[in-house]
Amino acid sequence: MYESQSSNLKRNFESERSASNGGGTTPTQSSEYNRFLRARRRRVVSIRLSQVVVLIVILAIWQLAASLQWVNPMLTSSPSAIVSLFGQLLHQGKIFTDTLITAKETVIGFVASMVIGIAIAIVLWWSSYVSNVLDPYLVVLNALPKVALGPIFYIWLGDQKSIYGMAIAISVVVTIMMLASGFHEIDKGKLKLMESFGASKWQVLTKVVLPASVPNFVSTMKVNVGLTLVGVIMGEFLSAKAGLGFEITYGGQVFQMGLVMTSIMMLVVLSLIMYGLVSYFGRWLTKKYHFD
Amino acid sequence: MSQIELKDVSLRYFTLKEETEALRGVNLAIEEGEFVAIVGPSGCGKSTLLSLISGMLQPTSGQVTLYGNRVTEPSKRVGYMLQHDYLFEWRDVLNNILIGAEVRSMNMRLAKERALSLLERYGLGGFATHNPKQLSGGMRQRVALIRTLVVEPDVLLLDEPFSALDFQTRLALSDEIGTILREQHRTVILVTHDISEAITMADRVIVMSNRPSSVKTEHRIEFSDGRPSPLLARQRPEYNEYFQAIWGELEEHVRISE
Repeated sequence: MYESQSSNLKRNFESERSASNGGGTTPTQSSEYNRFLRARRRRVVSIRLSQVVVLIVILAIWQLAASLQWVNPMLTSSPSAIVSLFGQLLHQGKIFTDTLITAKETVIGFVASMVIGIAIAIVLWWSSYVSNVLDPYLVVLNALPKVALGPIFYIWLGDQKSIYGMAIAISVVVTIMMLASGFHEIDKGKLKLMESFGASKWQVLTKVVLPASVPNFVSTMKVNVGLTLVGVIMGEFLSAKAGLGFEITYGGQVFQMGLVMTSIMMLVVLSLIMYGLVSYFGRWLTKKYHFD
Repeated sequence: MSQIELKDVSLRYFTLKEETEALRGVNLAIEEGEFVAIVGPSGCGKSTLLSLISGMLQPTSGQVTLYGNRVTEPSKRVGYMLQHDYLFEWRDVLNNILIGAEVRSMNMRLAKERALSLLERYGLGGFATHNPKQLSGGMRQRVALIRTLVVEPDVLLLDEPFSALDFQTRLALSDEIGTILREQHRTVILVTHDISEAITMADRVIVMSNRPSSVKTEHRIEFSDGRPSPLLARQRPEYNEYFQAIWGELEEHVRISE
């Protein structure tokens, strides 16, 4: 009796399988659907064009305002002045050295604060007692403007290492909070499943909590990289002898708006590259763990 | 001595607000190879009973024994199937099935062979490397069952395993899983609020009372000419008699609680 029953079931699977593969799209697309797709594509192209136009308009107004003396070019600099100064600085190679220094500090600060953040978040997950004890301290640290700690870092760590101190201080608390709250939001059913197999805490951590947190890691990294860059620039403002943050403050002090603007441009490029790298890595990680 | 015995088991939950008495004086003996269904009004502690047998919870008083030994932690002889499949998105079907074997440090080569043959046998042969997302709800729950079977438990605990599925899938799947469980010859304890499911799948139906609950009545389910498959059992005259009897007992609670 069960024999016939199970062959019946097999047929059910087959039909279920074909339904899940073949459902949805029809082989030939209707003209209405094609029109819908064309309209969508047109919209995307139009948005991209508008974005470029906005940039051109801003640069044009800036250039015009400076050349026609609507504003004092000493105060605003101008795109053409930045381009020619950029050429000079490029020739000297200094601006690249500065960008690389800031980039290196950001990468080290980012990696360090992610590692520290993950480690502390794991401790907080591991022991809810420790988590409860430390909770008010985290809240206070989160609320405190970390920039205020600048002089302390300078005295304790010296002019170079204090940059890392500032970078980590600014990014690590948010990292811990995001990761720890992510760990707590993991489906309790998955944890119960592990418990039913008699899993140890370490097994639950490595086989469920960490892999399940991949999407959370990715968004935390994106927040962290921005904050680390803020910390690095802040640190350079306070104590550095080189780097983009240093050039920005120096340019400001000697009233060289061209240097300030050029450094800011390089900073924009740097932050785009950093964010791009992090989101590329994030996409790779998300795909690897099938959260896409 | 029965395979599983609950002697005068009581359980109370504590929260800051109150103390809840979930179970009071539960006595139950389950023989090896038996298929038992537990039904009862919602919130009567049916699932709690499973947690006690699995060793994830300890009774406040009384004792739970498995092969005469007191249960104090999740036992390797017990497999637990939950209401949802809880498949891990980051693992393919085969690696999801192997998670239990991995956690229990079993021989992975043998576990993998077992997993593949179970997948093949239950119509999921081509799906070993698929991602759980590509599977329908019914298929996912079948994968969850195979995950439980791969660790070769002597006792299977099923906690409303079909309740998250739509009605049609639910009927088809309970029929199929009922069939699978019968050919596995393991002890099965099924918790459900669906009387039909209990009657058509189990050898014995245990009816629990309202909270603090204990065993109210038991029904041995017998069909005149052999055990039909769950779907066919619904057409037998005995089915209606059992249904009426169990419904009557549960209805009392519905009326009392209103």
